[in-house]
Amino acid sequence: MAVNTDVIGKAYPATTYAVGREKIREYARAVGETHPIHLDVDAAREAGYEDVVAPPMFAVVYGMAAVGVALFDPEVGADFSRLVHAGQEFVWGPLVIAGDEIATVASVSDISERAGNGFFVFKTVSTNKHGETVCTGTWSNIVRAA
Amino acid sequence: MALRAGDEIEPLKVTPDKYLTVRYAGASGDFNPIHIDEDFAAQVGLPGKILHGLYSMAQVARALTDAGGGPQSLQRLSVQFRGMGVPEQELTVTGTVREVNDEIAVVEVVGEQNGSAIIRRSEAELRVG
Repeated sequence: MAVNTDVIGKAYPATTYAVGREKIREYARAVGETHPIHLDVDAAREAGYEDVVAPPMFAVVYGMAAVGVALFDPEVGADFSRLVHAGQEFVWGPLVIAGDEIATVASVSDISERAGNGFFVFKTVSTNKHGETVCTGTWSNIVRAA
Repeated sequence: MALRAGDEIEPLKVTPDKYLTVRYAGASGDFNPIHIDEDFAAQVGLPGKILHGLYSMAQVARALTDAGGGPQSLQRLSVQFRGMGVPEQELTVTGTVREVNDEIAVVEVVGEQNGSAIIRRSEAELRVG
C-alpha cells in the first residue's frame, strides 16, 4: 500500500470531554475496578479527592474522540477495515476527577510502510482546566497488506 | 508497598463474561462490530467476538494499580497487542519487577489467555515510594 508521509506532524483541533461521575462508575464497573475511590463519592472524599477518581485507563474515554478524528482523516488514508491496534502507551500526570473538563489534542506522529503493511502512530496530549497534562497517549496501528 | 527487583506482582485473573464486550463498548465508546457482533466477526474471518485490546490493557493496569496501592501509583504503561482475546476464557496478568530507581519500579507485564500472550513486550512504571 502507498502511504502519505506528508501528513506526519499534522495536529487537529482539541476535543473536549466533560468527565461525569456516572461515566467513571460505568467505566470502572465494565473493567472490573473494585477500588472504592472509583465508585463511591464518600470514599473518594475521604481519600482527599473532590469526587470519584477515574481509573488511569479512563484515558481511553476522554482521548477516543480526538484519536478518531485523526484516524478517519482522509489525508491519513488508513483503511479502517484492515486496521489492527498494535500497541498503546499512556504516560499519566495528575489524576482525573469527576467534574474535570479534559481537552485532548491529537497529532500524526508517524506513518511508514514495511512489507506492504502500513504503520500509523498517533499521539494525544490531554490537559485539565488547570493546564496540567493528565495523560499523553501513543496509539500504534497497523493496516495489514491487502 | 515495597517492591524490589525480581519481585512478582500479585497475578490478576479475570474471566470476561459473554456480554462483557457490549458493556465495555458502551463504557469506552468503541463500538467496532468485531467486538459486539458474532455474525460480523465471523464474516471477517474471526473465531467470534473478540475482546477490545484496551479492555485487556485495563486488566494489566488494574493488576499494577493493585500492586502499587491505587491509581496514583501508575505513571506509565506501554503494551503491545498480539493475537486476540476472547470472552468466556480466563485472562491472567502477571508482572515482574525489573528494577527500582528513585521510588519508581519498572515492571514487565504479560497478559495471557489459553497459553498465548495477547499482551506482551509490555512495561510499566509504578511509583512505589
